[in-house]
Amino acid sequence: MAIAEETTLRIILYEGEGAEKLATNERSSTLLALLEKGYAVTCAGEGKVSQADESSLLVLGRFNNGKVPDAEDVNGLVSIRFKDINGHNPEEITQLVEEERENSKAAKHGDWKPWFPVIDYDRCTNCMQCLSFCLFDVYGTDDKQEIQVQNNDNCKTNCPACSRVCPEAAIMFPKYKSGPINGDVVSDGDLNREKMKIDISALLGGDVYQMLRDRSQRSRSRFSKERDSDKALGERTKCLTKLAAEADIDIPLEVLQSLPSADEIAKKAEAANAKAEAALNAQKN
Amino acid sequence: MPAKPRILFCHCNYARVVPDEVKSSVLEGLCKSGQAFDAVADLCEMAARRDPALKRLAAGESPVKIAACYPRAVKWLFGGCQAPLNAEHTEVVNMRELNAEDATNTVLNKTLTPNLPADGSVAKVEGEKKI
Repeated sequence: MAIAEETTLRIILYEGEGAEKLATNERSSTLLALLEKGYAVTCAGEGKVSQADESSLLVLGRFNNGKVPDAEDVNGLVSIRFKDINGHNPEEITQLVEEERENSKAAKHGDWKPWFPVIDYDRCTNCMQCLSFCLFDVYGTDDKQEIQVQNNDNCKTNCPACSRVCPEAAIMFPKYKSGPINGDVVSDGDLNREKMKIDISALLGGDVYQMLRDRSQRSRSRFSKERDSDKALGERTKCLTKLAAEADIDIPLEVLQSLPSADEIAKKAEAANAKAEAALNAQKN
Repeated sequence: MPAKPRILFCHCNYARVVPDEVKSSVLEGLCKSGQAFDAVADLCEMAARRDPALKRLAAGESPVKIAACYPRAVKWLFGGCQAPLNAEHTEVVNMRELNAEDATNTVLNKTLTPNLPADGSVAKVEGEKKI
């Protein structure tokens, strides 16, 4: 799946002139149902909301006598549609909205857990360790040879390994369980821990993935001799879990088990290193 | 008198890192308050899509309170999409750390305490590969 650059359908929950007010519990249950389906909702009320842009608006309201207003953007830039929600429960409302979304160019949600690295450019020194480390082409460089996240949907869900090798703790995964990877404040202790991890990686030959792959291959050949395949699978899982814990790089088991062949890993690592090297050389010039 | 902050709520849809009771409490508090607000399903997902709506949500001179997670993460979710938040006018209410009552009160409180981490440049992503 390739995640596309697209916008979220903006819904306005309208309760002003010409429409009935919703009871608090109706407002919150409708809002919750829409959020759970991935929509962005603006609730009108006292005070400001974000300004209008050129994206489509879908205005929901309990319009008087079910009569939706006849309105349009005077500049013709914004498409505005209205839907009367009289007599509909939150589930039915989300269904109505979903039908509208299908007719618009707005994003469909929920197909992918948004797991990808977020770079803290206040901390990043462009050392390219993340680029050299990631085998899945998540990172690249811009025309000024500075690091950027280019293919965020290539990132392996729940794998924060690249953030572990960042010497400045500049890579965040906001949905990670703990700090500083989740975006919490970085302490001196965190930086020392990160440095230690780099050293461990170097001790292992500088290529953690190769090490993991070798260990995985050894365990595979050992267990291929086992008669009981379930037992072998169990043992292999145990071995890989132990390995991930030993390496302290928190790579999910699914990722370890889906690593490509040793040759492919070597090729990918070489290509990533070359990219990083080129970017570093360009920075010096 | 300082301008009343606009409010943006993130429901953090695709992970269980923000406690449900905190999210529910803040959302209910907002619905009861009669205050206008923007709510999004998941800021991470919008950032992953480079959703142009992030620019709309970040724009404007008026102060903004964002009920979401860690300020450093929120800063760079926006910053990485060329939608920088104004550090002087932004307070991030961290629903991962605050309890339900404190988070709700902080969001609804009219006083704004800017808390984005120290200033830095935004990501240089012009011409970046489209995803």
